[in-house]
Amino acid sequence: MSVQTENLETAAEHPALAADMVTKPFGRDRTIGIAIGVILFVAAIALPFVTKSFFVFQVTMVLIYAIAILGLNLLTGFNGQFSLGHAAFYAIGAYTAAILMDKAEISYVWTLPVAGIVCFAFGFVFGLPALRLEGIYLALATFALSVATPQILKLSPLEHWTGGVQGIVIMKPDAPFGLPLNQDQWLYFFTLIVTVLLFWLAHNLLKSRTGRAMMAIRDNPIASRSMGINNSIYKALTFGLSASYTGIAGALGAIVVQFVAPDSFTVILSIALLVGLVVGGVGWIPGAFFGGLFVLFVPNIAEQFSKGLSGAFYGIILMGLMFLMPAGVAGFIAMLRRKVLRHEG
Amino acid sequence: MSEPILSVRDVAVRFGGIVALDGISFDMPVRKIVGLIGPNGAGKTTLFNCLSRLYVPSDGDILFEGKSILTRPAHRIAEIGIGRTFQNLALFQNLTVLDNVRIGGHCRTRSDYVSDALNLPWSRRNEKQIDESARSIIDYLDLRGVAQRRVGDLPFGTQKRVELARALATNPKLLLLDEPACGLNHEEIEELGERIRHIRDDRNLTVLLVEHHMSLVMSVSDQVVALNFGRKIAEGTPAEVQRSPDVIAAYLGTEKQ
Ligand SMILES: Nc1ncnc2c1ncn2[C@@H]1O[C@H](COP(=O)(O)OP(=O)(O)OP(=O)(O)O)[C@@H](O)[C@H]1O
Ligand SMILES: [Mg+2]
Repeated sequence: MSVQTENLETAAEHPALAADMVTKPFGRDRTIGIAIGVILFVAAIALPFVTKSFFVFQVTMVLIYAIAILGLNLLTGFNGQFSLGHAAFYAIGAYTAAILMDKAEISYVWTLPVAGIVCFAFGFVFGLPALRLEGIYLALATFALSVATPQILKLSPLEHWTGGVQGIVIMKPDAPFGLPLNQDQWLYFFTLIVTVLLFWLAHNLLKSRTGRAMMAIRDNPIASRSMGINNSIYKALTFGLSASYTGIAGALGAIVVQFVAPDSFTVILSIALLVGLVVGGVGWIPGAFFGGLFVLFVPNIAEQFSKGLSGAFYGIILMGLMFLMPAGVAGFIAMLRRKVLRHEG
Repeated sequence: MSEPILSVRDVAVRFGGIVALDGISFDMPVRKIVGLIGPNGAGKTTLFNCLSRLYVPSDGDILFEGKSILTRPAHRIAEIGIGRTFQNLALFQNLTVLDNVRIGGHCRTRSDYVSDALNLPWSRRNEKQIDESARSIIDYLDLRGVAQRRVGDLPFGTQKRVELARALATNPKLLLLDEPACGLNHEEIEELGERIRHIRDDRNLTVLLVEHHMSLVMSVSDQVVALNFGRKIAEGTPAEVQRSPDVIAAYLGTEKQ
């Protein structure tokens, strides 16, 4: 509401501005926003009842990757720190959930906050030395983290907990309160609730004083310091927060897949998340969903073209997308909006 | 005479073999506009960077309201009331004008990740306070029409004004302006002179103004300090400094180069 009135005032008081920033499209933007929201909401509720179980599982995984990518986006897109290490945080989250359920028989619901806290701690501690590194050097350090993680998970002293190379198998939870849902349907709704919650929190954060400080550091670290922003604290905390999001995604992934093993969390996963981030749009929250869709479906599509050349097809699809949408889905949508506005004005 | 708001005492800065500042001392009286002039490379920006703790002087001390600032880290300078602009714009390019100015209010407010993510009542109150003060400064500097625009898309002169607005949003007692007239046209420069004086009067500020545009410095400054090769070569009223043989030589010398 406030956004809309703001623009109305501005345009009314500055006739020159009113010419290129007409008030009408903003009012209409809102309507379109609400319409999209309603359609998505109805579709999200109806989906598990009208599609096959396997597809429900796939969409659940899309949501999980979207959370992981949002985590990466908080760090890279909004705070300007690179990471090729997010598979490590995903793995720590997944193992935290699996071990808690396997050894301590803790309910899957409670493994999420624990995974979030554990990964926050790991991310924060890793973020402290990372303060000295920037750009490609930070990318390299985080790359090392994700190369090391699968091997550490296989170490024999840890085998009692991690299950070594075998990993850990966990049980799929049933729907609670006697809800008439099968396990896949319930896990979908459970993941959906967590996703909505985490995206809502990120949205609030990014439009607050804290979020602005994060973006200020990204855009100009010297100016941000001179504005009184403690860059180090914000960068380390953002690293923790980002790891926490990705770790919660990892925990959800473990619950949904019912299995964790070291080789599911190699550096390939880190790269997949980075690809998802770029495809969706760096620095745009909803981009994470498009990134999730890409991470989950594009490898399958590539495989359908050709089993032997699936990697090549994946590459071609990726290049084609980046050629069509150099700034990801975010840039594409922004461009469409500009076109529509220009067409009308 | 009352205590100076800023005392620079024998400040020296070296970069390897280059002596950028060589024992600079001067005082700034409260609510005055002090011009800092000198040829290219004289050390003006280096002095600014010492005042905002981006550079560490190898010698000397800087007192703000009687207390040394050298024990403070750079991110705790804004909160004691030293605000600045940069010679080459240092804006948050991807953010809107409004957000840039809101970030200026960072040092005047408190918040944390958890309350901000949950949008708790005190977080909202905070936001409202930041927003109101940012908007009043935006109006004050006639930036209302571009408040929602991405700052990187705006013309240079407007960006300069946004930077000034951002500095004012930190609510400074001492405002450091590094070549605010650079890149502005004749009309804008005249406006700027007026503006600097108004800001000083309306907000009870002290201003340290680095500027190459001589008629601007000489017309707005109450006092002028001239540097050359890291040394202070003159100090006094604009008229005194303009008459100083060292200043004349310094400027003629650079013109010959
Ligand atoms: N970070 C740095 N590293 C090395 N040398 C520096 C650095 N900053 C400034 N210098 C040197 O210190 C001297 C003073 O530079 P400074 O930028 O303070 O000059 P200035 O008076 O602001 O000049 P201008 O009017 O051109 O802006 C110059 O010789 C410059 O090359
Ligand atoms: Mg300079």
